[in-house]
Amino acid sequence: MNMELNRRHVLPGFGLSLGFTVFYLSVVVLIPLSTLFFKSAGLGWRDFWSEAASPRVVASYRLTFGASFLGALINGVFGLIVAWALARYDFPMRRLVDAIVDLPFALPTAVAGIALTAMYAPNGWIGRYLAPHGIRIAFAPAGILVALTFIGLPFVVRTLQPVIAEMDPDVEEAAASLGATRWETFWRVILPQLWPAWLTGFALAFARALGEYGSVVFISGNMPMKTEITPLLIITKLEQYDYAGATAIATVMLASSFMILWLINTAQSRSEKGRR
Amino acid sequence: MAGAISRLNAGTGGRPRSLTEPRAVQLVLIAASLGYLGIFLLLPLASVFAEALAKGFRVYWASITEPEALSAIRLTLVTAGISVPCNVVFGIAAAWAVTKFQFRGKDILITLIDLPFAVSPVIAGLIFVLLFGAHGWFGPWLQAHDIKLIFAVPGIVLATVFVTFPFVARELIPVMQSTGADQEEAALTLGAGGWSTFWRVTLPSVKWGLLYGVILCNARAMGEFGAVSVVSGHIRGLTNTIPLQVEILYNEYNFTAAFAVASLLTFLALITLAAKAWVERKYSHAP
Repeated sequence: MNMELNRRHVLPGFGLSLGFTVFYLSVVVLIPLSTLFFKSAGLGWRDFWSEAASPRVVASYRLTFGASFLGALINGVFGLIVAWALARYDFPMRRLVDAIVDLPFALPTAVAGIALTAMYAPNGWIGRYLAPHGIRIAFAPAGILVALTFIGLPFVVRTLQPVIAEMDPDVEEAAASLGATRWETFWRVILPQLWPAWLTGFALAFARALGEYGSVVFISGNMPMKTEITPLLIITKLEQYDYAGATAIATVMLASSFMILWLINTAQSRSEKGRR
Repeated sequence: MAGAISRLNAGTGGRPRSLTEPRAVQLVLIAASLGYLGIFLLLPLASVFAEALAKGFRVYWASITEPEALSAIRLTLVTAGISVPCNVVFGIAAAWAVTKFQFRGKDILITLIDLPFAVSPVIAGLIFVLLFGAHGWFGPWLQAHDIKLIFAVPGIVLATVFVTFPFVARELIPVMQSTGADQEEAALTLGAGGWSTFWRVTLPSVKWGLLYGVILCNARAMGEFGAVSVVSGHIRGLTNTIPLQVEILYNEYNFTAAFAVASLLTFLALITLAAKAWVERKYSHAP
């Protein structure tokens, strides 16, 4: 024990680095975040409920959660295909394609928002082919789905890609030599191995989409009860100096994204334990 | 097309036929991937430049060199110039504490460092308004001392520091973890001081991880919209960053100018992706 203690503090700077880390973390993140909970605790249960569950707010939850879920699902399907193609196949410009997958992380959300709006507006590159058929994407719920799909795109690809690349070929070989078709091998052998990573990527994309603001406000049209997402509603309340309302809604959103991330963490640690 | 197929075979040549998909399936999956990425990523990228140059290069140049655009560029550079170094210092301190020492509550600390990623940008802005705004906790005190944080540059910097908080620490922690503490211990036993050990031993061995974190942190700092939008107050020429300037121009139906200014951020994104790919390659070849 004594030996271990000595070894622990061979390197200098423990007090300084940990002290600074905790101080900076508290000042920048923990104290500011805690104001949200103190403020909403100060509201009282009844006020909190009437702010956080009014019809206009509930409509925004439904839209935000629904579109985020669908967007994450679309990315779940195509993300699997993209990750598989990038990890297993070689094709021209594969490196470039691989690099471009991260674009939604690098492109500011406001730029994504106006670019998508320009494309899907009735006179835009894609919108002009849809408008004659009566399909509206910009300024309609579908536009929100497009924006949320865009910003969540890298998550599933990036969580699946390393898992696919490092998968042990022996298992696939065994399945094939036992007479399984490629489809059976994929469905029964490969997919179960990918499932935890897929779920993580899906949940990350979902959580990111819940809080997204910049890319959505331009394309959504922002009609109350119809195309108004929750983060926008928080800003609207703030602009009307309705701090209680903004705080109550923000607390609900923050609690939901914490819950999702907590679920991811438990799922991950469980699957790690299972592997050991 | 023939070239594509022969390269395709070269790529999967290592795998026996029973362990890969029929060629037709491969082509369908590759086409689906390229189609998906093309529609969702490349088209929006191209449309930014097409819209920006719709009225010719002269208008484009005039849009990005007018005084308000220039002041937005300046403010964005200042914001990133303050918030990135802050988070670099924090990232290094956090990674040093977490990877070189054992202590209670380490897992909780690591989780807390990631916390800002789970917070919506709008909420990140809101909490600073609740703290420092006119009706906030410190609002009356700040007003009495004539200090303006919200709807001013300090608020923008604070919100940006918050949203970019985890980037550097999160890249450095796994890198420092894998290098361990043996080299530093050797340097110290040979008589090197704490700081010189850090500068000469630790920093060189984690430089690529650090650079990677800085690149990501900077991209987010310059492009942040939601959090900054809440605290900025949108005062033209004073508290508008580039993304906010894009929004203002767009909402005034000045589309060409909006896209011209947006193209600057698009260049930044492309540079970020290129730098990221370059560092990744460097890093994977590093010893």
